[in-house]
Amino acid sequence: MKPFEYVRVNDLISAAGALDEKSEIIAGGTNLLDLMKLQVMAPDKVVDITRIPGLDKIEPKGEGLRIGTLVKNADLAADPRIRTGYPVLSRALLAGASGQIRNKATTGGNLLQRTRCPYFYDPEMACNKREPGAGCSAKGGVSRMLAILGTSEDCRAAHPSDMAVALRALNAMIEIRRKNGDTYQLAMDDFYRLPGDRPDIETNLKDGEIITAVILPRPVIGVQSYRKIRDRASYAFALVSVAAVATVEHGLIQNASVAFGGIGARPWADLDVNAFLNGKEPSAELFGEAADLLLTAAITDEGNAFKTTMTRRALIAVMSEVTGLREASVGSDRVGEIA
Amino acid sequence: MNKHLKMDAPQPRVLDETRQGILGKGISRTEGPKKVSGSATYAGDNHPDGMAHGVLLRAGITKGKVTGFDESAAQKIDGYVGLFHGPKFIRNNAQGMADEAPVQPDCEVHYHSQPIGLVVAETFEAARDAALAIKVSYDEEGALVDPKSAPQEDQGGPDVGDLEADMGRADVTVDEIYTTEAQVSAAMELHGSVAQWNDGKLLLQSSLQMLKFNRNEIADSLGIDPENVRILAPYVGGGFGSKLGIGADAVSAAIAARDLGRPVRVIMPRQTVFDAVLRRTETEQRVRLGARSDGTITSIGHDDLVSNLEGEGFAEPTSQASQFLYAAPNRKMQQTVSRNHRTPSGSVRAPGEAVGMLGLEVAMDELAERLGMCPVKLRLQNVPERDPDSGVPFTAHSLTEALKRGAQEFGWKDRKANGARREGEWLIGMGVASAARKNMLLPAKARVTLDGDKAVVETDMTDIGTGSYTIFAQITAEALGLPIENVEVRLADTDYPEASGSGGSFGASSTGSAVFLACQSIREEIAAKCGANDFTLKDGQVTAGGKTTALSDLLDAPLSAVGEIEKGQTSEDHLSSGFGAHFAEVAVNEVSGEVRVRRMLGVFGAGRILNEKTAKSQLVGGMIWGIGAALTEEAAHDPRTGHIITRDLANYHVASHADVPEQIDTILLEERDDYANPIQAKGVGELGISGAGAAVLNAIYNACGVRVRSFPATPDKVMAGLDAM
Repeated sequence: MKPFEYVRVNDLISAAGALDEKSEIIAGGTNLLDLMKLQVMAPDKVVDITRIPGLDKIEPKGEGLRIGTLVKNADLAADPRIRTGYPVLSRALLAGASGQIRNKATTGGNLLQRTRCPYFYDPEMACNKREPGAGCSAKGGVSRMLAILGTSEDCRAAHPSDMAVALRALNAMIEIRRKNGDTYQLAMDDFYRLPGDRPDIETNLKDGEIITAVILPRPVIGVQSYRKIRDRASYAFALVSVAAVATVEHGLIQNASVAFGGIGARPWADLDVNAFLNGKEPSAELFGEAADLLLTAAITDEGNAFKTTMTRRALIAVMSEVTGLREASVGSDRVGEIA
Repeated sequence: MNKHLKMDAPQPRVLDETRQGILGKGISRTEGPKKVSGSATYAGDNHPDGMAHGVLLRAGITKGKVTGFDESAAQKIDGYVGLFHGPKFIRNNAQGMADEAPVQPDCEVHYHSQPIGLVVAETFEAARDAALAIKVSYDEEGALVDPKSAPQEDQGGPDVGDLEADMGRADVTVDEIYTTEAQVSAAMELHGSVAQWNDGKLLLQSSLQMLKFNRNEIADSLGIDPENVRILAPYVGGGFGSKLGIGADAVSAAIAARDLGRPVRVIMPRQTVFDAVLRRTETEQRVRLGARSDGTITSIGHDDLVSNLEGEGFAEPTSQASQFLYAAPNRKMQQTVSRNHRTPSGSVRAPGEAVGMLGLEVAMDELAERLGMCPVKLRLQNVPERDPDSGVPFTAHSLTEALKRGAQEFGWKDRKANGARREGEWLIGMGVASAARKNMLLPAKARVTLDGDKAVVETDMTDIGTGSYTIFAQITAEALGLPIENVEVRLADTDYPEASGSGGSFGASSTGSAVFLACQSIREEIAAKCGANDFTLKDGQVTAGGKTTALSDLLDAPLSAVGEIEKGQTSEDHLSSGFGAHFAEVAVNEVSGEVRVRRMLGVFGAGRILNEKTAKSQLVGGMIWGIGAALTEEAAHDPRTGHIITRDLANYHVASHADVPEQIDTILLEERDDYANPIQAKGVGELGISGAGAAVLNAIYNACGVRVRSFPATPDKVMAGLDAM
């Protein structure tokens, strides 16, 4: 571990002022500290924002909710408004990490966590994300935990978050504070970049910008579901996960929004897939066709080819639950009209 | 007044006649409060004055030679002390009981991430930074990392009767290939050492299992007299075989400490433990079974391919249990060792049985299926009367009782046809497997000193979290009739008498026997002082001829004795093994192929149980390892470099709490093994894992009809079978 400067700030102005290109924000630290110990990340300065008041609140915003960036994963999962209106988010949070980690990890930090690609984690291995231009040793390597959608020749890494997959399905917006104090919002697909030839640049956050909140729109009425398939029952990243919300009206699917984890370079959604589902009568065949549509662009190798079949089976099961074709499993909850 | 016993004859059950009533009781570990309060000092907890910190520098290539080190960037780091390397550095941990230095490759590299030097600095952080800053240059050579294409050595094996001919005429046969992936011990405590020198003598505080061997191993590595080495390892946070032999942490710390004239601590980070500590080999097993239609097995074949580095004497004894578990006139078990450049392999909990019984016991399930026979009945029908290879009789043998009792208690009769039981999207099934782990006796010594009604036990035996402190106190308290609080146990100091060490499940019975023999010697002294052969010891008092005397009144001076045990004729003319039966119920998710174990029961015959609680903990721990072996554990090797990719506890999946069912239980059968040792005990540390994973795998088949033969049965493999249906 390299020596670094630790700066604690008490307001956002000081936070923005303290940030420069060799600094990192620290909140829960559940990922950053691991990476610093391995020297995968070696900031000259860490800026501790956990003492800034007001960033740990969940409050109404329009017809939805505004989740402060410092809200802990455990608190977010347990919040009654989330459990009632956005149960898919609670389910996704509780499917991630461990109780101890969720007690520390924050909303903004979860969005910004780095990939768990084993080649990224190992300074002995070439990685364009860690060292631009070094090459990608994941390509041709052990690929079980790598992405199959949105990857590039320079990077095969998967985004590891469960929370972000649910947020993507919920069409959440990310609220960002500019260095000058203004705030603006980005949709998740505009927030996360695809790796392309610069996998080291993962988001469109600019220098001095800070995530201040996540904005949830009004709840989608109907069944919400999160299914995570993993190699062990707890404390394992997704091989494949699916978050879905939809309403069924007059026997037809409306407001379908599906997102995927474990398979994408970012929390993955395909608008063509959502559009394909809407207005149609739910059936296993339909969902299978949706999976085929989703997976046309998949790039797999021997070690992760199973993810296409697994995604297909998971999507059919999840959408069957969401549309009432199949009995709800533990990952599915009904959201009714909220008074 | 020492007592030496060579096990040439069965021994009387003295400990069934004693009266203290403490032996076998499930008392909690005596050192537990120290551990939970943080006052038990593990190797890395030692911080002698002036201590410097070392981090192992590791090779960035798989095979070749180190041609130079560029320290210029490291020298700019605050607190950098220096780089140590050279011909005394070791390549990997010594194999269990090696008793000499492991391979010292000098500048050669034989596997990826092999330790090639030690970077020392004033702080651990600076040392780690400096290790990353040092540029190493190499002459790289081609490496072979695929066990299938690397050179292979035929190791031979038992070949009795005519397996091929019998397979041709058997009514029903199984001939299948089973594979297992590399595994690691993943002990909680990282491997680490603190070395300091005083007057040419090395004091080493290290995380090790077998100190008398370890002393010779480090002395040989350093080229010094073993008399000049003292090792302390009072607390060890798990070993499972990974700490049997001296490691690069110890040797490099000793070298740097000597050169610097100050203590040096080297703790391997978790990733280094994965890279550079002996792993369990991957295996490919061909199991052949032939049977008559009535279920009588006539052929057992178990060939295996394992791997290890050139220069390592160890080869996973995959077919060890297959050699005596079931009777069959035709038997063939050939081993092949692939010499490739992966991290070298060595003993990991139950070497042999842990993986070999997955192959054998799944094949037995396949045979039962093809015979249309109950898998419990098939096993019962083929329990041998004598060791099938040597023809010698078994000692206490509880396989039949374990299978019957387990089937009864588990509710085996409720097992349904494959795929016939469903709860929502979960398919439920049951599986069974036998357990067997050969029992061993190693030479061991221990000293017991009785002063009034207080006793002290001293031996260089280790307690690697298994309960040595507790059971030696129980044996002593029982044999000498003392309250257990009056017994102090001092372990893991090479100045004490040489014990067996911890490994191969032989520690409790071997060193426990030495403790017992020392107590026996003291009992004889007491008898002499009482002038009676018939006496009772209880609560610090001796009763003889109707008269009760306090020991503190009887003894005018402390009595001290060294007990010593070694194996003898009984291990030649008998086969001693622990046996048992595993039962598992699993749920298979029909969408994802995920498997959840819902309940497990293990029934075991392991001789006298010395402490019901610690024995159960060992057995349940082994069963949980079985869950990991069946479902989750895989050390994945990069196909180009052989480098282990799943090298932390987030990516190497030992069973998490959520993977372990609430209902996981054991039944300990009442058993005494008079031929094993004078305390009639057998090992329990590895019996629990032996066969456990196979019960889980067989339950998967019963649940959903998918037969996975490539272990672990991860969701993708089970799902592929479901998808094909």
